[in-house]
Amino acid sequence: MLRSAFCRDDKDFSACSIFGMMNMRGEKFDGGPVITAIANMKERSNGLGGGFAAYGIYPQYADLYCFQLMYDDEGAKEETEEFLKGSFSVEGAEVIPTRPCEGVDDPPLLWRYFLQPRENLACEVADVDDFVVRAVMHINVRIDGAFVFSSGKNMGVFKGVGFPEDIGRFFRLEEYEGYIWVAHGRFPTNTQGWWGGAHPFNILDWSVVHNGEISSYGINRRYLEMFGYICTLHTDTEVIAYAVDLLVRRHGLSVEDMARVLAAPLWTEIDRMPERERELHVALRQTYGSLLLNGPFSVIISNRGQMIGLTDRIRLRPLVAGRNGDFMYISSEEAPMHLVDDTLRETWIPQGGAPIVAELEESTRKEEEEGAKVLSLRGPDSA
Amino acid sequence: MKSYILPQYLVERDDYRCIRCEVCVRQCAFDVHWYDEEEDAVFADESKCVGCLRCATLCPTNALVVRHNPTEHPPNANWTRDVLQNIYKQAETGGVLLTGMGCDRDYPIYWDRIVLDASQVTNPSIDPLREPMELRTYLGAKPDALQVEGKGKKVSLRTRITPQLRLETPIMFSAISYGAISFNACESLARAAAEMGTYYNTGEGGLHRDLYKYGDHTICQVASGRFGVHADYLEVAAALEIKIGQGAKPGIGGHLPGEKVSAEISRTRMIPKGTDALSPAPHHDIYSIEDLAQLIYALKEATHWKKPVSVKIAAVHNSAAIASGMVRAGADIIALDGIRGGTGAAPTMIRDNVGIPIELALAAVDDRLRQEGIRNRASIVVAGGIRSSADVIKAIALGADAVYIGTAALVAMGCHVCQKCYTGKCNWGIATQDPYLSKRLNPEVGARRLVNLLTAWSHEIMEMLGGMGINAVESLRGNRLRLRGVGLSQEELDILGIKHAGA
Ligand code: SF4
Ligand code: SF4
Repeated sequence: MLRSAFCRDDKDFSACSIFGMMNMRGEKFDGGPVITAIANMKERSNGLGGGFAAYGIYPQYADLYCFQLMYDDEGAKEETEEFLKGSFSVEGAEVIPTRPCEGVDDPPLLWRYFLQPRENLACEVADVDDFVVRAVMHINVRIDGAFVFSSGKNMGVFKGVGFPEDIGRFFRLEEYEGYIWVAHGRFPTNTQGWWGGAHPFNILDWSVVHNGEISSYGINRRYLEMFGYICTLHTDTEVIAYAVDLLVRRHGLSVEDMARVLAAPLWTEIDRMPERERELHVALRQTYGSLLLNGPFSVIISNRGQMIGLTDRIRLRPLVAGRNGDFMYISSEEAPMHLVDDTLRETWIPQGGAPIVAELEESTRKEEEEGAKVLSLRGPDSA
Repeated sequence: MKSYILPQYLVERDDYRCIRCEVCVRQCAFDVHWYDEEEDAVFADESKCVGCLRCATLCPTNALVVRHNPTEHPPNANWTRDVLQNIYKQAETGGVLLTGMGCDRDYPIYWDRIVLDASQVTNPSIDPLREPMELRTYLGAKPDALQVEGKGKKVSLRTRITPQLRLETPIMFSAISYGAISFNACESLARAAAEMGTYYNTGEGGLHRDLYKYGDHTICQVASGRFGVHADYLEVAAALEIKIGQGAKPGIGGHLPGEKVSAEISRTRMIPKGTDALSPAPHHDIYSIEDLAQLIYALKEATHWKKPVSVKIAAVHNSAAIASGMVRAGADIIALDGIRGGTGAAPTMIRDNVGIPIELALAAVDDRLRQEGIRNRASIVVAGGIRSSADVIKAIALGADAVYIGTAALVAMGCHVCQKCYTGKCNWGIATQDPYLSKRLNPEVGARRLVNLLTAWSHEIMEMLGGMGINAVESLRGNRLRLRGVGLSQEELDILGIKHAGA
C-alpha cells in the first residue's frame, strides 16, 4: 500500500535542511530554538515535509518503549492496537496533542503508546530490541494505514506534511523539554505529501535526518533485507536508520567504525595507514561494502547518548558544526546556529566522511539510562 | 566419397593488387593458399578456409577479401544451411560434430536488453578524471559481522577474515588450459594479470614451471582429470578453483587430442606424451554436495587455509539451488559460466543447446543467496559472453562481484573467433601447440594488448560509475535499481529483478 500510493519511484529524491542541537550534560530545553533554527533555512524546504526528534521528553516513562504512530483511519488504529496488546503490555495510550495550524492540513490520527514487551513473547527472540524491531516492521508492512513514527525510549518523533516550523507549532513542541533536538525541512522532488515520508526516520532510539540522495540505495536496501530489515518507504533515510541500528546495536561497532562503514575512507588513504589500522579499515570495507553510502549526503544521526553528524566521503552536501560550552550544534548552514545562540564562537566545517560526535557525559548518561533524575531545565539564552 | 559440403567462405583475390609475396601461403596453416610458379599466380582451396582472416589481415596490399559463401540453399525455415551442412558432415564422417569457442546461436543476449542509469540534477555525477573512483574488489567469504576490540587509537580486529583475492579491477581472465592454448598465450595472460593487479586461471591443464613466478596472480584449477595437480601447483597459486562444469559443455568433461600433447604439455599435465587427455564428466570423488565439501576442505587443508577456494559450475536450470549448496559446502567464490562461454573443443550440439544465459543465472543465484542470508559468505564471479565494459558493469549491477573474460581476452590477442580451436592449427598462434604457429604470438605483445584492453574497460567502467554518481564499485554491486530492461517480458524482468525502462 505504502509503496504503490506514495513512492512510485525506486526511492524519493530530496534536498533538505537539517539541524540538531544537544546539551551534552543532559540539561533540557524546549523545542522553541530548534523551530527557530530550522525556519531560518526555509529556502531548503518546500512545505512537503518537516519533522523533529526529541530525546529526554518522557522521563516519567523512561523505561518504556514509546511508539508514536499515524493512522489513516479508525480501522488501522483498531487493528494496530489489537496487535500491540498481543505483544506488549500497554502502560499508556494517548492522542498526541496538537493545535490547528495554518499550513498543516489533513493530519492523520496521531497516537502514542508506552509499551512494555510481554516477557514470555520477548524472550523467544534473542533480544528485546529485536522483538521491538519486528513489531515495528509488522505494523509498517502488514497493517494498512498504520505507520510507526518512532519506537525508542524516552524520545519521540514528530513529523508531517508542511513547513517544519508549522509542523513544530502544530505538535506544540515548545511544551516538551529534551536535551537533544533534531529537525528537518524537506524538499522532495518526487514524493507526494505523506506524513510518514517526512524525516526524521527512526528505529528504536536511532533517529536520522538526512539531506541528500544515495546512489547506492539499491544495494544498501538489499543488504539490509538479509538482516530482516524491510524498507517499506523506499527512502534513503530509512536505509540509514536501519544501517546504523544493524552496525551499532546488533553488531556492536563503535560510532567511529559505523562512520567508517557509511563513509569509508578511500583505498588510497587506507593503503597509507599503519598496519593495524589498515587491517581494520580493509576488513570494514570488505565486510560492509554493501552499506557504503554513495552519493551526496549529510546526516544527523542521534540516539539517547549521542548526536552524530556525517557527510559523504567526498562531501557533496553541506554540514557545519558549532560548540558553545555544553551545547553542540550540527546544521546544514551556519546562520541558524548563531540565530539561536548569539554567544556561539566556535564553528567549523568537518571533513567529508569524518563524523562529528556529540556525546552525553558519562555520569549524565547513567542517570538518563536509569531514568531517575529529572535535570534542571535551562534553555539557551535566545530560547 | 565425394564431399557434399560447400565451402563456408570464399576467398577473393584482386590479382591486380597481389604482388605474389606469398605471405598468405606461409600464414595459412590450413593450406588454403598456394603459389603456382608457372602461372605466377596465387590460388586458394576454399574448401579448407575457416574464415580466421589471418591472410586478409596480413596481406600487405589488401588484395584479399574473405567472405561468407553466399550460395543459397533452397529457402526453408526448418532445413537451413547449417542444418544441412551438419548432416552432410556427419554422413561423411560418422562422427560427433566438434567446434570451438562459445555458442553462436541467437539466444537473447540480455546485456543488450538492459540499460544503465545516470545522475541528473538531484545527484551530481562524478568525473573520474578529477575525483577518486574505486574499482578495487575483494573476492572471498565475508563474515556476517565484524568484531572490533578496544577504543579510539587502540582498536583492533577480533574477527579473522578468511583469505581474499584482491583485484584492482573487477575483471579476471577465465580458465583456459595450457594445451588448449599455447605457452605464449598463457604467458601473455599471466603477465597481463600481474601487471593489472588481477588474476588469470590455469584451466585444467596444470601450470608450466616457467609461469610459477606469476603465482600471486594465478588461480589454479583442479578439474575432474586432476591434470598437473600436485603439491607445488597448489602451493604456488593465489587461489584454487574446483571445476565442476563449463558453460560451453555442461555435463561433459574435457578432451585434449593426443596430437596436442607435446613433451612440455605431457610434463605439465603429468600424462604420457601423445596420449589423449580426457577428463571425466563428473569428478569421480564428487557424487554429492557433501563430497564437494570434502574436496573443498581437503584443498584448504592442503594449502594451510591460506587460499580462497572457488567452485565453478556451468549455468544450468537450477543453478540457484546448487550455488546455495556450494556456499554451504564452504566455497569462497562461486564461478558461474553461462551458455555463451567459450571452449577449446566441444561437441556442437552440447555447446549450442545445453545451459542457460549467464544473466538469468546470475540474477537467480544472487537472489537466492540473499534470500537465504548467505550472500556474504561467497563472492560471485560470472563468465560466458562478457564482450565489453558495459557487459561487465551490468553484471556487477545484477549482483556479480567480478567477471571472467575468456573469448574477449583471446580476441585481444588476435583471435578472430573462427571456432576452429579444436584443430590445433590456430593461425593466430593462440589455440595451437605447433611451434611454427605459436611463435606468432609474442608474449610481450600479447600481454600489452591484454593490459590495454583491461585499462580501457576499467576507464569506461569508471566513467559509467561516475555517471551514476557512484565512486566505489561496491555501491553498484547488486544495485539493480540502476538497471532497466528494454523490450523484456514481465517474466524476464522478474527473474532479472529489474524494472522496465520508463517505470
Ligand atoms: S598475401 Fe596478399 S599480396 Fe601476398 S600473395 Fe597473398 S594475396 Fe598476394
Ligand atoms: S583461438 Fe584461433 S582457432 Fe580459436 S577461434 Fe580464435 S582464431 Fe580461431
